[in-house]
Amino acid sequence: MNELLRIKNLTKAFDENGPVVDSLTFEVKENEIFAVLGPSGCGKTTCLRLISGFERADGGEVHVEGKLLESPETHVAPQDRGIGFVFQDYALFPHLSVIENVAFGLTDIPKHKRHVYAEEVLCRTGMGKYQNRNPSELSGGQQQRVALARAIAPKPKLVLLDEPFSNLDAVLRESTRKEVRSILKNAGMSALLVTHDQEEALSFADRIAVMNDGQIEQIGTPEEVYFQPKTKFVAQFLGRTNLFHVDAFGDEEVMTALGAMRLNCCAKGRALCSIRPEHLTLEKPNEIHTETDIGTVVSREFRGHDITYRVVFNGERYLVHTDNRVLFEPDDEVIIKPLESAVVLQEDI
Amino acid sequence: MLLIAVGVLLPLFYLSIRAFGATPETLYNVVLRVRNLRLLANTLLLTGGVLVLTTMLALPLAYLSTRCNIAARKFITLLGVVPLAMPGYVMAYAFMGLGGYNGMFYEWFGIIMPRPGGFWGSLLVLSICTFPYLYLNLRTALLGMDPSIEEASRSLGHDAKSTFFRVTLPQLKPAFLAGFLLVSLHVFGDFGTVSLMRFETFSYALYLQYVAAYDRIYAAWLALMLLALTTAALVLEYRFLKKAIFHRLGRGASRERKYLELGSWKIPAYGFVGIYTVAAIILPLSSIGYWLNEASLAKMSGDLFTSFGNSVAASAPAALLTTVMALLIAYVGVRFEGKITNILERVAYLGYATPPLAFALSLVFFSLYVSPFLYQTLLLLIIAYSLHFLAEGIGPIRSALYQAPPQLEDAAKSLGYSSFQAFIKVILPLLKGGIIASAALVFLSAMKELSITFLLSPIGFNTLALNVWSYTGEAMFAEAAPFAFTILIFSILFVGLLFSREWEKT
Repeated sequence: MNELLRIKNLTKAFDENGPVVDSLTFEVKENEIFAVLGPSGCGKTTCLRLISGFERADGGEVHVEGKLLESPETHVAPQDRGIGFVFQDYALFPHLSVIENVAFGLTDIPKHKRHVYAEEVLCRTGMGKYQNRNPSELSGGQQQRVALARAIAPKPKLVLLDEPFSNLDAVLRESTRKEVRSILKNAGMSALLVTHDQEEALSFADRIAVMNDGQIEQIGTPEEVYFQPKTKFVAQFLGRTNLFHVDAFGDEEVMTALGAMRLNCCAKGRALCSIRPEHLTLEKPNEIHTETDIGTVVSREFRGHDITYRVVFNGERYLVHTDNRVLFEPDDEVIIKPLESAVVLQEDI
Repeated sequence: MLLIAVGVLLPLFYLSIRAFGATPETLYNVVLRVRNLRLLANTLLLTGGVLVLTTMLALPLAYLSTRCNIAARKFITLLGVVPLAMPGYVMAYAFMGLGGYNGMFYEWFGIIMPRPGGFWGSLLVLSICTFPYLYLNLRTALLGMDPSIEEASRSLGHDAKSTFFRVTLPQLKPAFLAGFLLVSLHVFGDFGTVSLMRFETFSYALYLQYVAAYDRIYAAWLALMLLALTTAALVLEYRFLKKAIFHRLGRGASRERKYLELGSWKIPAYGFVGIYTVAAIILPLSSIGYWLNEASLAKMSGDLFTSFGNSVAASAPAALLTTVMALLIAYVGVRFEGKITNILERVAYLGYATPPLAFALSLVFFSLYVSPFLYQTLLLLIIAYSLHFLAEGIGPIRSALYQAPPQLEDAAKSLGYSSFQAFIKVILPLLKGGIIASAALVFLSAMKELSITFLLSPIGFNTLALNVWSYTGEAMFAEAAPFAFTILIFSILFVGLLFSREWEKT
């Protein structure tokens, strides 16, 4: 796959409090859905606005299809970039009907064909029958689809989506996400999504960049960033996790507070490790276990398809997700068993 | 409550009685005069002209102060509001004092500028005086617009100009309608400016008919026509507005707006602001200053003192009475929202929208019919002020009431207070700011009121406004100066008060 968008050392500061976006580098390939995931205030929206041309960069470059669009010396105006944008609150034009909204960006095709084409795009997003409505007469999910239709109608190579699902309620969010993904994939467009919702990023994107405090901490497929987090921040932001220190001597298997465990790589010296709660399980102790192998269940949360246990073991608390057939009560004695290897984290990021 | 509604509506009823009380022959004569058409044409021409000129002033100024990267944004916003501090007749006085053989221009620069008058003079003065109403509406709309809407247009391939015409301007329609309505109502109701400029609109003709020709039937008819025009404007605005209300769709917090770089537009933009400042603010102020310098204050001070006392004697009780009525209407309106209270509140606003001269005339007829002992008494003047400025008094109290939810009263009642005690102990202290603001607004408005004072004041009762008007009418600019200056100070206080409250909110 060819690269479509290339960001190099992109930097932006609004005041003296340091850069909001701090030398970001990544690329988005053709036909790829790429998510920038991070907590609010980490600079991800600013990153989108730099790509779309609403903000000027202080440093670095933005290229689309090899063409330089943004650098401290260059600025291609937003209207000349050919990049679609779906706003967090949709930003539909309240004085135009649904179809006029979609036809608004179709300045390159003859006037009499605009509505025909806009209607076709609306049908693709399942909004064909609402074309004469006013945006204020639509529900949040419907507005969202019109906003998407409006952004993809001029056939941009790249669509930017700013927290596009955050205004929808939980039930609608999941189904809309699926539909939007298939619309984008069918249209053969690349998309760059920013979100603070890890579940959304994991299920929606082909690749994810995890961002913290203006910097990217890790880029990878959803599985990579989830299973092999590089940093403590990534490990914690993508879901619950257990963190602990180990003293490694270059072997794959080490002794940890949780007993003997495999690591995902060879480490030397003191290292911080992470293991997801679902990669641990609980068992009843038997006669070969000594006092120091045994932990105590502190609490249990039954959540239907799984159970979350809090276990105290050697003075530390651990989270364990088991399937719903592993049943213990608080105060039960248990031993913790790892199912997967622990992940060594880089500490100084 | 009902009494207030009756107070507004009954005089209008008597106006109609008077108007239709003539013989059919006179009626025919009066209503179908060609002169009426000319008056209508003049009034509409002036209104149309003022709407065009105010748009030319307000739209660029509002756009510059909300969208463009221009220095001293707050100051420019202030510039757009300052003309509110000059009632029409004071502005007319100031402009008239510039021209002529003894005018400021001749004395300072040796240029004889013709004294402004007639259509063009009225157009200029009324446009400057009323454009803040449009400016404020446009500014609020521009600030309230979701910034991402304009960005969306840019991302869809439209440049700044195309975005302005296709996205920003269409969304300003409700603000334009609201502003146009206010401006039109002011032009219809204006008496001070057109009478000094001697341009015959309905208001000016009404005055001539009533005072000079003493033809009360024709005066009543002119008042009715003026009312019809006002009603037409209200209905028209309502019709258009119903079609043009755009809901803000977004719910999320808007991000801060990016300002447009002016680039090569920098010089025209600052030039526009500069020309406007000179024309609308510096010239009138220096004219008043010039004439104040010419006036012999020692000779005038007695007169000034008396008319100041008269103005206060009418305005202060009116402020008190209005505040009490406004408190009642606002409280009932907010606590018992419903059709009837809604209509009552509307009636209060009707009193405000009615052209003051027509309103005063109908009160004249009313008092002559029903209570001749009231005619030309201070009491009637005070009642007239109160009914006319009621809407102005309701505003601040209403918004203060929203800060005092009914649960507070319920809490007080649950602690053993009666409804009345709860109101006095809990709600009233919370409304203190709103009540003071409302009383002050009405007081200051009444201080500078001209047309109602003109028709209803007791004989020999000269207020500040009446003095400015009558001296200017006789081209005695130096004599008018101290009165104009005093009014100016009160008006500045008025505007200052109004906007310190507005600014606090934002």
